[in-house]
Amino acid sequence: MPANYVPIFIFIAIIAVALPVTLLAAKLIRPDNPQKTKAMPYECGVDPIGDARARYTVRFYIIAILFVVFDVETIFLFPWAVQYKALGLFGLAEMLVFLAILIVGYVWVWKKGALEWI
Amino acid sequence: MPTGNLSVTTFVIASIIKIAIVLWVLLTAVAYTVWLERKVVGHIQNRWGPTRVGPFGLLQPLADGLKFIFKEDLTPPYVHKFLYILAPMLALSMSLIAICLIPFGNSVNIAGMNIPLQITDTNIALLIILGITSIAVYGVALAGWSSNSKYSLLGGLRASAQMISYEVALGLSLVGVLILCGTFSLHGIVEAQTGTWFGFIPKWNIFKGQFIAFFIYIMAAYAETNRIPFDLPEAETELVAGYHTEYSSMKFAMFFMAEYSNMVTVACLASILFLGGWTGPVFGPPILHALLPIFWFALRVLFFIFVYIWVRGTLPRFRYDQLMSFAWKFLLPLAIANVMITALVVALRS
Repeated sequence: MPANYVPIFIFIAIIAVALPVTLLAAKLIRPDNPQKTKAMPYECGVDPIGDARARYTVRFYIIAILFVVFDVETIFLFPWAVQYKALGLFGLAEMLVFLAILIVGYVWVWKKGALEWI
Repeated sequence: MPTGNLSVTTFVIASIIKIAIVLWVLLTAVAYTVWLERKVVGHIQNRWGPTRVGPFGLLQPLADGLKFIFKEDLTPPYVHKFLYILAPMLALSMSLIAICLIPFGNSVNIAGMNIPLQITDTNIALLIILGITSIAVYGVALAGWSSNSKYSLLGGLRASAQMISYEVALGLSLVGVLILCGTFSLHGIVEAQTGTWFGFIPKWNIFKGQFIAFFIYIMAAYAETNRIPFDLPEAETELVAGYHTEYSSMKFAMFFMAEYSNMVTVACLASILFLGGWTGPVFGPPILHALLPIFWFALRVLFFIFVYIWVRGTLPRFRYDQLMSFAWKFLLPLAIANVMITALVVALRS
């Protein structure tokens, strides 16, 4: 029923108003005393060297790509799981083939060393 | 859920009342989870925890909240201002919105109207919850990037990599439950778990062969909420405070509340998906019939939150490479195997 989604949107609207209002209300009563040293990036008291947005390891990108692949597979499994009893043996066979292909890819990724974190 | 005879205005007003009650209960639960955590971890470490504000330190959350509001909120000049302010609000709002699909009990009769004890139920409730909790990753990643501080960036990167890695295992662990229950509706999932075998073993999903899925879910949920032993994003010995290093006052409080309200949501979901939600012995006069299911549900949620805190007081932190191989090399194959075995067993039975 589409009407069931209405409370979710009411909830989102309430939250979307309440949180900025909280921040603004806090702004009215709190002290505001900025200083030069307070405005430096926190690096345990040492003056920061270089820009914070420096290079970082490529592993994070690989994890993100793997996530996209495997999360799409997961989402693909969901409707199948819900309709599993209706689909019967046909559904089972189809999904075992699908999972077999997925596992071949997983083994390949593992052998390639994409899952190693050095 | 409009039952046909309710007018639109009544429906909207009823929803707003329910939302207000649920938000109040959730925020109180969040505040007292913090209190419980400090108290329990204190006793685990052989000290008292908060005792000064009110009896047993019970007013401590209130004092903390006031302090958060009255502290100086520093927005450093080097941050990306829009994203810096958006990030904590995104994190908190997503963790609060997820609660609106959680059922707290069966329906009750008030003034002749049959009112279900949840804000709303849809036939894709579980998908919506998964989607909303995934958006919370943006809060963390944006906070880390927009702060323009090295600790924040590293913390944000670690947190987002960890959260997306464990999300795969979390999603796969739910497939077995979905095969058994055949619905995304959380109400329907609990209905599918009513009844007992031989009169005393309850028909919860965890006893229907989903205990491995339960284990995977709990591990993944701990990692998703960035809790010990998976609290690498805020490992204070190496990253100060991770992605919220540069946040102060109310904006920090928002991240803090988001973490604890995520804990509550995850505990609610674990009880609904694996431990039968609000099912339990119901007896006595009609008022008890209405209240006991809520009590059984709250008991399970409290149990999960206690285990959360217990684990925090007991286990040390993982190393980052261990964390990643645990997700990709152990939980993921285990979850796929669980899906295949559950599918085969259900097929053989029917």
